Amino acid sequence: MLKFTKDHEWIAVDGDIATIGITNFAQKALGDVVFIELPPIGKALAAHADAAVVESVKAASDVYAPVSGTVTETNEALVADSSLVNSAPHTTGWFFKLKLSDPKELNSLMDQAAYDSYLKTL
Amino acid sequence: MRYLPHTAPDRQAMLATIGATAIDDLFVDVPDGALGTQPIAGLGHHMSEMEVERTLAAMANKNTTASSVPFFIGCGAYKHHVPASVDHLIQRGEFLTSYTPYQPEIAQGTLQYMFEFQTQVARLTGMDVANASMYDGSTACTEAIFMARRITKRGKAILSSGVHPHYVAVAKTLTQFTDDVLLCGEPHVMPGAPGHDMDWILNQLDTDTSCVIVQNPNLFGHVADLSELAKAVHAKGALLIVVFTEVVSLGLLKSPGEMGADIVVGEGQSIGNGLNFGGPYLGLFATRDKYVRQMPGRLCGETLDAHGKRGFVLTLSTREQHIRREKATSNICTNSGLCALAFTVHMSLLGEAGVRRLAEINHARAVSTAERLQKVAGITIVNSAFFNEFTIQLNTPSRQVVHDLAKHNVLAGVSLERLYPKHKALENALVVAATETTTDEHIEALADAFSKVLA
Amino acid sequence: MSMNTHGRPTQPVAANADGAASFSGNRGLDLQEPLIFELGSNTRTGVDLSDEKITKSYLGGLERTQPINLPGLSEPEVVRHFTRLSRKNYAIDMGIFALGSCTMKHNPRLNEKMARLPGFGDIHPLQPQSSVQGALQLMHTLAHWLTTLTGMPAVAMSPKAGAHGELCGLMAIRAALVARGNARQVVLCPESAHGTNPATAAFCGYRVEDIPANAKGRVDLEALKARLGPDVAAIMLTNPNTCGMFEPDIKAIADAVHAAGAFFYCDGANYNALVGKVRPGDLGVDAMHINLHKTFSTPHGGGGPGSGPVVFSEALAPFAPIPTVIKNADGYHLIEEENAESQTTFGRMVAFHGQMGMFVRALTYMMSHGADGLMQVAEDAVLNANYILASLKDVMTAPYEGPCMHEALFDDSFLKGTGVTTLDFAKGMIDEGFHPMTMYFPLVVHGAMLIEPTETESKATLDQFIHSLRGLAKAAVDGDANRFTGAPYFAPLARLDETRAARQPILSYKEPEMLQAAE
Repeated sequence: MLKFTKDHEWIAVDGDIATIGITNFAQKALGDVVFIELPPIGKALAAHADAAVVESVKAASDVYAPVSGTVTETNEALVADSSLVNSAPHTTGWFFKLKLSDPKELNSLMDQAAYDSYLKTL
Repeated sequence: MRYLPHTAPDRQAMLATIGATAIDDLFVDVPDGALGTQPIAGLGHHMSEMEVERTLAAMANKNTTASSVPFFIGCGAYKHHVPASVDHLIQRGEFLTSYTPYQPEIAQGTLQYMFEFQTQVARLTGMDVANASMYDGSTACTEAIFMARRITKRGKAILSSGVHPHYVAVAKTLTQFTDDVLLCGEPHVMPGAPGHDMDWILNQLDTDTSCVIVQNPNLFGHVADLSELAKAVHAKGALLIVVFTEVVSLGLLKSPGEMGADIVVGEGQSIGNGLNFGGPYLGLFATRDKYVRQMPGRLCGETLDAHGKRGFVLTLSTREQHIRREKATSNICTNSGLCALAFTVHMSLLGEAGVRRLAEINHARAVSTAERLQKVAGITIVNSAFFNEFTIQLNTPSRQVVHDLAKHNVLAGVSLERLYPKHKALENALVVAATETTTDEHIEALADAFSKVLA
Repeated sequence: MSMNTHGRPTQPVAANADGAASFSGNRGLDLQEPLIFELGSNTRTGVDLSDEKITKSYLGGLERTQPINLPGLSEPEVVRHFTRLSRKNYAIDMGIFALGSCTMKHNPRLNEKMARLPGFGDIHPLQPQSSVQGALQLMHTLAHWLTTLTGMPAVAMSPKAGAHGELCGLMAIRAALVARGNARQVVLCPESAHGTNPATAAFCGYRVEDIPANAKGRVDLEALKARLGPDVAAIMLTNPNTCGMFEPDIKAIADAVHAAGAFFYCDGANYNALVGKVRPGDLGVDAMHINLHKTFSTPHGGGGPGSGPVVFSEALAPFAPIPTVIKNADGYHLIEEENAESQTTFGRMVAFHGQMGMFVRALTYMMSHGADGLMQVAEDAVLNANYILASLKDVMTAPYEGPCMHEALFDDSFLKGTGVTTLDFAKGMIDEGFHPMTMYFPLVVHGAMLIEPTETESKATLDQFIHSLRGLAKAAVDGDANRFTGAPYFAPLARLDETRAARQPILSYKEPEMLQAAE
């Protein structure tokens, strides 16, 4: 199941584990990503809490937890090579994984079609 | 008015282009009553260069300059000789009248010296990386405390009693609206090691501690090896911040980095910059590579241009206020650019050989001063170890003695009564500084004046 | 190669495209310059020091044993190195520096001369006060000028720069509210504010909320009134605002803020539009910092040192930081301790008394102009900005109707579809021999270009500047995108790779041997 937020994060859900990254639209808007700060493994995040930081040369953005959960894994490859966010935002450029605490929260997020039409409004 | 190029016909022609009839048409949004039609009362009219010079020189002439008398004042600002070429170079218009280098293609002059400055400061302090400077030593010290909190996520800072009381006051002021707890040591002039409080610090140190701040040489001139302290601090997961107010000391003393400091901050005025009655000065700030993203202030970095030529740019600026706004590492947006340039020019003249030699002479002059004062009845030298300033105990309150010596045209040092008005136990103590500018005649004059005043 | 009327190639050319590369790497007066670390040696020095021997050491066994590794050079080499570097900079001394919100005006050399009088430059901040009466008199006189010009009763002299002054102002506001029993929680800033405003408010423990703006780029008074309440500690407003417009409702805004028990902090960054002409005290301001390095012509120095005294209203004056200078029958006195008379001060912001060197320069500038000259400063600054706005608004696009105050704002809609961005346009200006205007600020305007000429530019200079910008705007619209996207062509360096600098930061020099050893 693939979901999206208005803050341009994507959430791929597999069982009770969600993988989170930023969308192609977001990486284009940021420009060349130069630095990523990831949350510590084991950290419990409330929905909409600050989870990660992504920085380009001219901008810094917070990445929020789209839903609540506990961080189970982070993408260490990004720390070594932040350009993965630009080259493969939807695959190898993922940020972190969450163990969902309330899967029902996913219902409030957009699916691909809803996100696509949301982008058209921007 | 000599700085305003327009003639009356120029102004008329420009108003016509704009489509306005009078200048006040352009101030149309200013509320009635608030728009001045006459020059503001209570201030003078414009003056010629000559008149301004006369007026200001009259004020300047009322002051006793450091170079005109035997001079032994330190405690955070030091009288050193600055080579003539330093002041000439910083007055080149391309440096003096340029802006923060936001357009790197036409600001390589500023950016390259910033890179040289950062490298010089990092090497002197024994650290990996330094920023492009801060307002002064006191604000750099407070910024270091905030940086340690960001790194350790802890809020308790322990300040040694040897830290300059004004630096402590600035830290207290700027942390009063945060949850930070500052533990400040009680100043003392214990014989041998004034301001030294390692045991007290170790007693306060725990796993809630974010950082320990120690000044070296400290306010009282005492120097100490901080290596063991660094180990104890690190064992609790805290950071060691080393402060200095006399940057010349780094030419002769083991560097803070070598002793295990995590952040080194201090005042760089001594190199390249005059006394200027307290400012502008030059805050130095250096740390380890691993903490660079938590460091406040501007940073210059090396890169390439579109043709592959080496060049320099401001970098990692996402830490700063103009991008991060309320999430910035600090609200600071200027550094002390021109003071940093003066530092870099002077340091490039000195080089390693020169800065070591300069530091040796400073120490030697202070030793000569201490040895001479020791022979004066009523004076006890407190320090067993010092660099270029040390504390003496008098047989009477020091503030009055300083005033009396000033009447003999000798500026003798800083009374601890002035710096610590609430600490009765310190009122007889005085901090005396000597530098390469101190002559044997100055030392004799000081000893003579003391003999007369203390007798 | 075809040439235009100004003798410039109409097609920009890459370096050395028309000739062989030089053997030195230099191109005429465009000289390459290595780093000090590539030039000097650790055993050389350009300072002759006495050969006094250390007979006894009292260093407590703390002698340095490791080398520092700092190269030194002789004086002629140092003078040449830094002179060569200086020539790679643009500066006010070379031409118009129309950087919006920065007030890059001429820096009179008399200021420099006065600051270097030994009686100001060679005195120590901890000398007995009897030996520095003239210095204290200078601070007291400058304070008189600042309070009189602004119509405010008190001033704190010690803040070291604009952002430091903001912090001083907000801390006084917080201290005043605490004294009243409640610090409150929120500071309101417009979205167009300089980034230091929210950073400062957050530093003082406040949550930052936006002040709503109307379509004219001004504060939406009704929406502001609706938002004000017992949780709001202060508003921070720049006036003229960062779009270069005076807030016409300023008095009503101040009244509403005061009625809600909050304070009005005015960011004085744009004071050059008002100096000598409008007193902020008459507009209801409670605190305002004054950038001596903008309005009062102390040099920007490539990024400092600045100086940011803060003027205060009666309500805030008791909370101002120490030290302060007072005058009584037996002379001038520096109040440098918290004592019975100033119990309410919020504390100390710097080690000593502030930027004395900048105080001397600023007072020199003020006395040179007098009250009459300063009024003319504001008028000419506003005149020059409006002249630029009027002369460019048919070829560039201005988001708000004039008149403006001391700076003219344009957006990038005239570049739409040209393939030229605001950044490209700015780099094109470098090839014309100008420092670009402020770009992408304020954030409320798309692709913002903010032009502040200041009063020290002549009509001839402005005409030349306008001529170039009209040419550039036309070139962009006519499809000459190459002129911009590869620009600058004629600067010491081409565009620099900022991504590379940030991804693999190199922040200090490492000798090739050190780099090899690390590998």
